[in-house]
Amino acid sequence: MKISNREALTTERLNAQKEMERQQVRILICAGTGCLAGGSDRIYARLQELCKDIAHISVEFGKEIAHVGIKRSGCHGFCEMGPLVRIEPYNILYIKVQESDCEEIFHETILQGKPIERLLYHMNGVTYTAQEEIPFYAQQTRIVLKNCGHIDAENIDEAIANGGYQALEKALFTMTPDEIIQTISDSNLRGRGGGGFPTGYKWKQVARQKETIRYIVCNGDEGDPGAFMDRSIMEGDPHKMLEGMLIAAYAVGAQEGYIYVRAEYPLAVKRLQIAIAQAEQMQLIGDHIMGSDFSFHLHINRGAGAFVCGEGSALTASIEGQRGMPRTKPPRTVEQGLWAKPTVLNNVETYANVPLIIMNGSDWFRSIGTEGSPGTKAFALTGSVKNTGLIEVPMGTNLRKIVYDIGGGIKNDEQFKAIQIGGPSGGCLISTDLDLPLDFDSLKKRGAMIGSGGLVVMDIHTCMVEVARFFMNFTQNESCGKCVPCREGTMRMLEILERIVNGNGTLEDLDLLQELGETISDTALCGLGKSAALPVLSTLKVFRNEYEAHVIEKRCPAGNCQALRKYIINPDKCKGCSKCARNCPVNAITGKIKQPFTIDIKKCIKCGACQENCPFDAIVVES
Amino acid sequence: MDYITIDHMVVPIEGEKNVLSLIRKAGIDLPTFCYHSELSIYGACRMCVVEDDRGRMFASCSEQPRPGMVIYTNTPKVRHHRKLILELLLGSHCTSCTTCHKNGDCTLQDLANRLAIDHIRFKDHRVERPLDLSSPSIVRDPNKCILCGDCVRTCDEVQGVGALDFAFRGAKTEVMPAFNRTIAETDCVGCGQCRVVCPTGAITIRTNRTEVWEALDDPKKRVIAQIAPSVRLAIGDSFGIPKGENCMGKLVAALRRLGFDEVYDTNFGADLTVMEESKELLERLKSGENLPLFTSCCPGWVKYCEQKYPEFTKNISTCRSPQGMFSAVTKEFYKERDKEEGKETFIVSIMPCTAKKGEILRPDNFTDGKQDTDIVITTTEIVKMIKYAGIKFETLADEATDMPFGLASGGGAIFGITGGVTEAVLRAIAPKQDYTTLQEISLSGIRGDIPIKETTVTVGDREVHIAVINGLGNAGRLLESIKAGTAHYDFVEVMACRRGCILGGGQPVHPGPRTKRSRQEGIYRVDLSSNVRFSNKNPLLTELYDNFLTGKEHKLLHRNLSEE
Repeated sequence: MKISNREALTTERLNAQKEMERQQVRILICAGTGCLAGGSDRIYARLQELCKDIAHISVEFGKEIAHVGIKRSGCHGFCEMGPLVRIEPYNILYIKVQESDCEEIFHETILQGKPIERLLYHMNGVTYTAQEEIPFYAQQTRIVLKNCGHIDAENIDEAIANGGYQALEKALFTMTPDEIIQTISDSNLRGRGGGGFPTGYKWKQVARQKETIRYIVCNGDEGDPGAFMDRSIMEGDPHKMLEGMLIAAYAVGAQEGYIYVRAEYPLAVKRLQIAIAQAEQMQLIGDHIMGSDFSFHLHINRGAGAFVCGEGSALTASIEGQRGMPRTKPPRTVEQGLWAKPTVLNNVETYANVPLIIMNGSDWFRSIGTEGSPGTKAFALTGSVKNTGLIEVPMGTNLRKIVYDIGGGIKNDEQFKAIQIGGPSGGCLISTDLDLPLDFDSLKKRGAMIGSGGLVVMDIHTCMVEVARFFMNFTQNESCGKCVPCREGTMRMLEILERIVNGNGTLEDLDLLQELGETISDTALCGLGKSAALPVLSTLKVFRNEYEAHVIEKRCPAGNCQALRKYIINPDKCKGCSKCARNCPVNAITGKIKQPFTIDIKKCIKCGACQENCPFDAIVVES
Repeated sequence: MDYITIDHMVVPIEGEKNVLSLIRKAGIDLPTFCYHSELSIYGACRMCVVEDDRGRMFASCSEQPRPGMVIYTNTPKVRHHRKLILELLLGSHCTSCTTCHKNGDCTLQDLANRLAIDHIRFKDHRVERPLDLSSPSIVRDPNKCILCGDCVRTCDEVQGVGALDFAFRGAKTEVMPAFNRTIAETDCVGCGQCRVVCPTGAITIRTNRTEVWEALDDPKKRVIAQIAPSVRLAIGDSFGIPKGENCMGKLVAALRRLGFDEVYDTNFGADLTVMEESKELLERLKSGENLPLFTSCCPGWVKYCEQKYPEFTKNISTCRSPQGMFSAVTKEFYKERDKEEGKETFIVSIMPCTAKKGEILRPDNFTDGKQDTDIVITTTEIVKMIKYAGIKFETLADEATDMPFGLASGGGAIFGITGGVTEAVLRAIAPKQDYTTLQEISLSGIRGDIPIKETTVTVGDREVHIAVINGLGNAGRLLESIKAGTAHYDFVEVMACRRGCILGGGQPVHPGPRTKRSRQEGIYRVDLSSNVRFSNKNPLLTELYDNFLTGKEHKLLHRNLSEE
């Protein structure tokens, strides 16, 4: 149905809510990228098959008699425990569900409403039936991600039933563009893409340009290793982001918009395509939106996998069909962005915040988070933490809460070592930073940045030199190659880091690393280049002893760097079976049967084959 | 007046668009690789990085001057960063300076010297890549590329060709034609402007010096040189002679010392072109067919038009270029004598242009199926030959060109500058050929730097709309507007290079504003001091048309279009 006036949206919402209420049981199978990889599609198919034989069961939303709704939702966030299945109205969350569990779920839970103990989440002896009670969720403040995992991401009606496009309606019919910009400015919403630039100010700058052709661009080119906040929003609740873009367009007088999504996010692209098509059909995107004078057209542009295309000017160049390389500023994107026209460029999460602010007001938004960084922030929590996944917490939440309360602590209860924040542009925070509030300003003071929100937790078995090498390798491969410091400098830094982890580094190398890092930070062309050396500079500062152990003692304190490992055979444990010697590819192990064997360090290539094959755990890595 | 402070000096802001221009105005030669005033700001080399009073570092090329700014160009931090950046560039650059074509003329080498780089801490691990020798005009050596992007932007922004771009990422980044094709497989027109801006030896002229030496050494060959109009004004740059000085006499003397048998002036060929092109214009104006008439002297332009706007090919004048006319006439002239003396006439044309190397290979420029001009060498190449021979060019006494093709008009002389062809043609068709006419034409708006110049003259009872273009990108824009029907012209002169041949792809480089101005002034001085300024009044031409050329005009002076 077309929504050709304000009232029609209300009618549509009431109808959609009524339809949803008819579903006495709703099964939400996580169809985020992680759970799909875990086989959630087969669970969906199996449950559909099981349900189809019962009378009055509809697997399609919107039919007359719908008692059970089987939905493919977006990411629930608790990726560590996937595939996830949520069953309403009981709010049961089943974890690590397999296709073989479907029959039991059908008989016990769907037909009788009984929870299945073994599929529930357990922690510290407590079994959690309701999703909302699980500490991972209970400690979060899910505002932007509220609908993710709770609605069918491919059905606009479910978004509308949950208040979708209500903020747009409010903006279009009760607010002037200036009022909208003022509200966003008052809320002090800051860009969630990493820079933390005030969104309202950005919009104001675009709105006051003389040029009347303006563009709205959404940056969905989430390229940080380990970050997937934006993907989850695009996959789980695309309409919230689209609504934010529409409001932005109306506020700054833009007629056309582009969503730049990584081609590596095929599901996000598909869901966005579906969402735009459905919104267009309902006159929520296109000409005369909701019968008003406001028209806005939206296109999806797939990025070809360049990390640098997340930089504003490289992104617009890429949309224009040019090679994605950042350009010098000024002119800034707000003055001359896409096709050299004034352009609002925000990221997915920023846009997704907009409808909430319009609906609830700037005071409400400022009541969440900190003074300087209001609202919430989504983080992708990965690495050596028990509960990896997607979380949303108020700005200013400290690391301790994120790692220990939400993340459930370090895997295998190891000791916390560091956390890499902000991906390859960010820095390392250490145990003394655990109580540091995570917001734009306090992280900046600490020499790190929120970035797009990737959090990689590291325990004491992580070698910080190797971490620095990993990020430098990423940055070098993804450097656009334009400016000399980034292109050549990161290549040389990588070269040095490789030398160090291979045991060939020198003390001069550490000075050269520092020297290169400072020059790159001071002179690189774009933000990505300027921050490229941060992982090295921050680890070099905090973990200098680890670097020195590598270059002076030729030792990796974490026992992580393969080339520096020293394999030895514990004579007390060795039974002299010769299995190690037989598996050694370079004949470095010798000995007499039934007597302890020995490894010739000079011959050993540190492949670890002996250790893997020892039946008596007699081979250890000396650190 | 607004001002900024640069290294404790107060510098007024007089419309400069970036801090770098102000720094240079203040007399500080801040090094750059990627900054060119006529290209878009690129900001990649970071050599021009400076520090302000708050300790902020930025590239001065891409920073707008704000009144009250305080800039330092020589702080310890700036010096350190600049040197390290250069060291990084040198770390990924081959160190075969002594055998490089750009030896002694290379910005990278020069800066390494200026910044006193005595040690490079990085090893060059790159795999050596093959040279691209596919083009008759330029050679691309990817091993020497420092990725400043000057060629990419020149080819795209100025010339509208876009034969080169960046490929790959990170340290693997390279400049290359799409899909790593050879230059010959692209739309490259051979203008050589990429080579003009290239700070290193990554793009150089495809040199033909060896062939010239061989010809000079061959007693059976009658080696004839023709010297293009703009060569004489640029060659002095390489010998410390004041910029823009007419060095024709010295060049003639040097060529004789190198062993050339006859030395002629291409300006004579240009006079022939004026005659033919004027005739063609009047004919087309009368018939109204294939208007506007496009000039055909510039091979870069002809190739560009054929490739990008084939629908306009028929509008291009059928005239050969001055080089082509000269060679065809000369070869024909010496035909009999060659037979008698058992010699072979070998024509070497000395050109400001790399595209001319391609022009002579075009079958439509052949006479009786044979190539007329044997070799084209550029100003830069003849400079190297003169230096090789140890001739002290700057001390040579002026010598005159040989006869019978040594006399040319001022109209022929100005072919080397944008608007010159038009000016010469207008002179030739002017009803009254006097000093007033000359002045009127020179002030009609066809002179000067502007990319697209327009004027209207009356020929008979008809108004003739003329456009004068320099820079192929501008030609593309003009053709688009002709196609769209928003512009109407009867005669259009195009020179591929900005400002014309005086800044051609084969000229000695470092074209700063002073070079540009002095070459412009120089070429008009040649015109002013010519005895004859109207091409049609060149007495040699009258003689030639009345006798030798009768019946052969089409064969020798026009392109053989059936050969295409």
